[in-house]
Amino acid sequence: MSSVEIAHLCKRYDSVTALDDVSIAFEDGEFFGLLGPSGSGKTTLLRALAGFVIPDSGTISFDGQRVENVPVHRREIGMVFQNYALFPHLTVNENIAFGLSVRGRPREETAKRVDAMLGLVRLEGLGERKPRQLSGGQQQRVALARALVIDPKILLLDEPLGALDRRLRQEMQVELREIQRSTGITAVFVTHDQEEALTLSDRIAIIDRGRLIQVGPPRDVYERPETVFAAQFLGDANLFQGIAEGDRLKLSGGQILHTNGPNTGSVVVRPEKIGVYPAGTAPATDNRLDGDILQAIFSGASVTYRVRVPALGETPLLAFLQNQAGDVLAPATRVSLAWSAAHTIPVAS
Amino acid sequence: MTANTGRWIGRTYLGLVLVFLYLPIAIMILMAFNRSALYELPFTFDTVWFEALAKNDRLLTASFNSVVIAAVNAVIATTIGTLAALGLARYSFRGKRLLQILLFPPITIPWLIIGTSMLVFFFWTGIGRGLHAILLGHVALSLPYVIVVVGARLASFGPQLEEAAATLGATPWQTLWRVTVPILAPGIMAAALFAFAVSFDQFVISYFLASPGTSTLPVEIYTSIRKGFTPEINAISSIIILVSMGLMMLVVRHFRFGGER
Repeated sequence: MSSVEIAHLCKRYDSVTALDDVSIAFEDGEFFGLLGPSGSGKTTLLRALAGFVIPDSGTISFDGQRVENVPVHRREIGMVFQNYALFPHLTVNENIAFGLSVRGRPREETAKRVDAMLGLVRLEGLGERKPRQLSGGQQQRVALARALVIDPKILLLDEPLGALDRRLRQEMQVELREIQRSTGITAVFVTHDQEEALTLSDRIAIIDRGRLIQVGPPRDVYERPETVFAAQFLGDANLFQGIAEGDRLKLSGGQILHTNGPNTGSVVVRPEKIGVYPAGTAPATDNRLDGDILQAIFSGASVTYRVRVPALGETPLLAFLQNQAGDVLAPATRVSLAWSAAHTIPVAS
Repeated sequence: MTANTGRWIGRTYLGLVLVFLYLPIAIMILMAFNRSALYELPFTFDTVWFEALAKNDRLLTASFNSVVIAAVNAVIATTIGTLAALGLARYSFRGKRLLQILLFPPITIPWLIIGTSMLVFFFWTGIGRGLHAILLGHVALSLPYVIVVVGARLASFGPQLEEAAATLGATPWQTLWRVTVPILAPGIMAAALFAFAVSFDQFVISYFLASPGTSTLPVEIYTSIRKGFTPEINAISSIIILVSMGLMMLVVRHFRFGGER
């Protein structure tokens, strides 16, 4: 049983389809990531949950109650905005207390709840500051506390970490996750950052042009992408196309790839699943192709090779290797590429 | 040219501008305290003109009228103008663009022409002349200024803060009073000051719409000068200058124009 559910949601703006028959049942207490390119409809979906967007058709229900026509201020949702949208004229305490204060809760209870929230987001002692006196990370936490204090049915986060620098972002990812777990709230967040989506989410949904492309736990979606778009949007993917022969794919040059189950002419292989060996030294594996290194990009812990493979034509094959041996193969080196059939994933094109 | 001469030229220029702006005013204030009625030197300090002013009922009544009209005008124009600015900034409706464009011409149309047309219109509709007509004219004249000033402040923060308030359970009314208005306050104050000044300074329209026997300060000053200049004008002008400059400085000090960083 899930308390927040959307079914067959559609929304059109003039000629643009923002949501096209989207259905998701959110599980209680899960952290759900909406991932998609800009203009994919992920923000529209979040704003529909919040009540800022009224869907053309379809239903949104909280605890079995239809809410499509319930205005934002009566939906009992919590939302963290991209730039936090803290009230600049109010202190941190007043910002957090806002939701309780507009509900006319007693002063004493409000003060107690605000204190508890300040503790939860580790901002004790900063309650009297104004938002502009806080760092980006602190502002983010105030926004989170402000949204959580009203015990919302669902927490919505719009690119919650988008405005932070990389370091802080990684710290806040962990913290956000911990706070969400400790409160047990169902959270839906929008991001265009695939790493963030993979790190934070219990489940992710990939959205493109208003349609749900794939929904599932991050590992499933990453390891078992169902479409070329899902494979290429979430992480990098080498796409091979050819003639399907059951569990095998015949490439244009005549080589055969063994695939993980029957395919329909398109398969993808993640770059880190491919081994790169000097020609002739590749171990015996399901799939082998020969190629020439075009470029080797050294990034410390890992090396990225771009390899020219006749079967891919002009598109170079990508391979990521851990820098275990401590040396890098030079461009123009003749290499053998090897990987297993288990990592050769059939996709719909 | 070295940086030093550049700076020197800049400072001299700034100094000249300030002299040009303030010297006539300074001389007028000085003459308000000079015993001679004919600007004669040597300067002899005296408050005789202020004493004369205290007995000049016409000037005092006109001053009172001006202050009351300017204050009432500021309240009315700021209220209507702020609501209009909110409507224009936060809602979309048919003809909005046209309405926004139509706001600006009244600022550029010569007052003489606005005054004439108002006189004709008020006469024709039976509104007539008098303080009520002056107030009506001033409100119409101040509105575009208020809408522009408040609108600029509104544009400095998006609808996101209001959306955030809504997600936290605030009704549109609570959002207006707890979020929008407090954040707009510096803009609203500035707009009210503008509206006050537009009305208080207004001569042409007031002159057209004043009925015999009632007038505002600028109209009364003009009438007095035509009859023969008396330094009481210097005295009342000095008071007005000091009060309005003090008011302006207070506002600048307490409300950052342009608002929060």
